[in-house]
Amino acid sequence: MKPPRFVYHDPTSVAEAVDLLNRLDNALLLAGGQSLMPMLNFRVAAPDHLIDLNNIAALSYIDMQDKGRSRFGAMTRQRDLELSADVARTFPILQEALCHIGHRQTRNRGTFGGSLCHLDPSAELVNMTVLHDGLLQTANRSASRTIAASQWVQGVMTSALEPGELLTGIELTAWPTGHGFAFEEFARRHGDFALAMVGCLIVMGAAGTIERAALCVSGLGPGPVRLAAAERLLVGQKPSHQAFRAAAVEAEALDAIDDAYVKATYRKHLARVLTYRSLQRAVAGAARRAA
Amino acid sequence: MIDTRKIKLTVNGRACEREVETRMTLADFLRHELDLTGTHVGCEHGVCGVCTVLINDISVRACLMLAVQAHGKAITTVEGLANPDGTLNGLQQAFREHHALQCGFCTPGMLTTLTEFLAHNSDPSEAEIRLAISGNICRCTGYQSIVAATLHAAKALREGKS
Repeated sequence: MKPPRFVYHDPTSVAEAVDLLNRLDNALLLAGGQSLMPMLNFRVAAPDHLIDLNNIAALSYIDMQDKGRSRFGAMTRQRDLELSADVARTFPILQEALCHIGHRQTRNRGTFGGSLCHLDPSAELVNMTVLHDGLLQTANRSASRTIAASQWVQGVMTSALEPGELLTGIELTAWPTGHGFAFEEFARRHGDFALAMVGCLIVMGAAGTIERAALCVSGLGPGPVRLAAAERLLVGQKPSHQAFRAAAVEAEALDAIDDAYVKATYRKHLARVLTYRSLQRAVAGAARRAA
Repeated sequence: MIDTRKIKLTVNGRACEREVETRMTLADFLRHELDLTGTHVGCEHGVCGVCTVLINDISVRACLMLAVQAHGKAITTVEGLANPDGTLNGLQQAFREHHALQCGFCTPGMLTTLTEFLAHNSDPSEAEIRLAISGNICRCTGYQSIVAATLHAAKALREGKS
């Protein structure tokens, strides 16, 4: 099908976009268009006004000046993240995760912020943002604010954005050089929406024990879930089948959605297997780098 | 109310200017306004890959872009891939020699996708080629010949034969 009628706007500044968003009734923001355009073509979305963000140059940047925290513009293309040598050095897991998002042609258009706002339960970049304790910067008419990634997902495909509010940038916390990482997901076809995915970061201590761990599971519910208990449990332990298994069991215990194609029990099973695998691989990589 | 915009862009090296409805996709614009029907339309939601075109040498789904968004850009469609004298370019010739098309419906998307891919990877492995065309569906399932043609084209390009 074809998109329904709308009035097209192409602001060149954030202030202009926010003004349009507040002033116009039934307006939608168009980022990379890799989710909204299909929705328009199918007429699942029928806005009266479409506000295209692609001409706002100020929303597209990768800023890695600060070693501890990196900043990304909401309109930064997924492909630019994938091809950035700086991103590959500081956030090697991002590279792994990005390869699972659609295909090259869609990553050429798709954006970091678009993925966070569309908020598909299986979105890799939402998982990555929560895994890296991200902060999301937004702008509205009177003020801007910062939202913690843990507070971003409010429900199924519903973010913490308020009416008239626009996501402008994302800040991610970098892990120390040499950390272990692994991104594991299961989808029925390459590039398809994953049934479950796990992001894992590990820092190994000198004594061969785990010094720091982060585990983030997506695909089971509306948004990513950090395995907080498992992360605490792993710290101070030597990598072992028992330790990995305990973490994997926490993943399996998460609530999962049931749909016509995939049973909740299967998603939970996948979460367990992928958590175990991601730990194995992240720990092996970290140990290799430490040696 | 019908919302329209005047857009100026370059398509296959030729400048053009049109007044378009803002809701028109780039794929429909190329096919219906410019009569460049080489760009096919399949699923219209970005899955099948047949509408893939190059915008400033970067591959995109023309069904997931509005024509107005192409304002000021340089577009290459399958019609723009051949050599200036009209003969098939190296990749096209390899497709022909390896029987890399059966019904031909997926071919425009395969060629545009692989054009971008080969520009960045002149010595690809078979696995890399398969990954590169993972977003292009061939319902005749002729992937084997498409991969063979691409390997051959890459080799010919490296040896400066095309």
